Amino acid sequence: MSPDIVPTRPISYVWGRVGDWIADVGRIALLVLETFRTMGRGLRSTRLVIDQMYIIGVQSLVLVLIVSLFTGAVAAVQAAYQFASVVPLKYIGSVILRSVIIELGPVLTSLIVGGRVGAAIAAELGTMRVTEQIDALEAMAINPVRYLVVPRVVAAIIMLPILVMIANAVAIFGGYVVSVTSVGVSTHTYVRGLQDFFYMKDLMSGLIKTVFFGAIIGWMGCYHGFRTEGGAEGVGVATTRAVVSACVLVLISDYVLANVLFRFIFAK
Amino acid sequence: MIQLEGVSKRLGTKQVLEDLFLELPTGLTTVILGRSGSGKSVLLKHIIGLMHPDEGRIVVDGEDIAHLDEAELNRVRRRFGMLFQGAALFDSLTVGENIALPMREHLRIGEDEIHRRVAERLSWVGLQGVEDMKPASLSGGMKKRVGLARAVAIDPTYILYDEPTTGLDPIMSDVINNLIRSIQQRMNVTSVVVTHDLHSAWKVGDRVALLHEGRMQFNGTPAEAEVSSDLLVRQFIEGRSEGPVAAV
Repeated sequence: MSPDIVPTRPISYVWGRVGDWIADVGRIALLVLETFRTMGRGLRSTRLVIDQMYIIGVQSLVLVLIVSLFTGAVAAVQAAYQFASVVPLKYIGSVILRSVIIELGPVLTSLIVGGRVGAAIAAELGTMRVTEQIDALEAMAINPVRYLVVPRVVAAIIMLPILVMIANAVAIFGGYVVSVTSVGVSTHTYVRGLQDFFYMKDLMSGLIKTVFFGAIIGWMGCYHGFRTEGGAEGVGVATTRAVVSACVLVLISDYVLANVLFRFIFAK
Repeated sequence: MIQLEGVSKRLGTKQVLEDLFLELPTGLTTVILGRSGSGKSVLLKHIIGLMHPDEGRIVVDGEDIAHLDEAELNRVRRRFGMLFQGAALFDSLTVGENIALPMREHLRIGEDEIHRRVAERLSWVGLQGVEDMKPASLSGGMKKRVGLARAVAIDPTYILYDEPTTGLDPIMSDVINNLIRSIQQRMNVTSVVVTHDLHSAWKVGDRVALLHEGRMQFNGTPAEAEVSSDLLVRQFIEGRSEGPVAAV
């Protein structure tokens, strides 16, 4: 770390950062409001939304497949280890199913997509900012939030639940392969475990969460991209901030949503 | 008619524009000269509403755009075309899509008419058959020309040029200067050119203004600038490091 970026007045530095953070919250709230205000007209540009659905969803698919396959496999290994002499192995399918569809599938997929997509959006919009492309949109009387943010946020909201459903299926398959090949559970036992403890509310809770996670990823990428200053260094900073803030907010909102969903909406 | 009346703007600790008055006559090309960092581009961004003054009025066709809401400001902006310093073409779109974008957004015309107009605008800037190319595969001069074609896409009343010849070789700079003149004559627009390229200023300008320390130091015709006794004007047009303005 070079000497000029080490804060020499820690208290005023921390105070300044708190002020920046509060200002960020306010600006993000304004971006969210502007997104909703311009959403009607933004959705008429279906091609922009479909393009973003392809970039955010289809181009993330291979990464999501790899991560979810090994997530299910690790869940099976961990379950077998923790069940040892305590819980019958016939429940291994049930445990993998519920842990994947409630938590592992939605959260891990969102973190992976948040890293890939949040960085891509922030880098693209950040480059557009520093090369005056966003100014050019405004100069042409085109609202940049309507043209750039609405398609990305809507595409993330639509594609993340679809990716998570695919990830859930692949993770359960990964768990099945490990359970059958190395834990010693039969196909019938594994499938029976899946059937016995499948509750629609578990699946729905996971998918509802991903709608919020998708919005967070889209907005964080766009916000930090729009706020980019300077040149290549500024784009790098914006990209890092987009990924970090998206991942942190996904985890915080996961806690909040878990409380709301399981204590109130799906309590019975 | 565009009038700037007592415009002031502070960015951070720097007073970029200070009680600035300027009138941009209809149908003429006004060149705004000034040193790098003198606030020329900031001034241009105020004229199109990308930045708002701390004080003063920016009057376009009788409306003070500094106090318009977004919808009203966008209505005024549709009368403008702007060529940015780096052309600011959208990387994700082809050349044709870049030029068609303002047409698709603001004109109620069919795709056939859009294609015809895109080809026409490209022919105006001497580029035919490049509709399907991406901006990344264009040279600097071609980007500027495509940017100019986009700026005139929806028949603006005003065209703003931000450093149109910066970064170009002398021959391509002259091509751009000629295009600015030909667009001016073809469309009878009011143009504002921000530059520090004196050759370009003298070639395209009907009027010349010199911005210094946030104020207009000089405003007149190129011929008047040539014979001005103002020491600052003399130093600038003669390109000397010695004079009232320190070189650093």
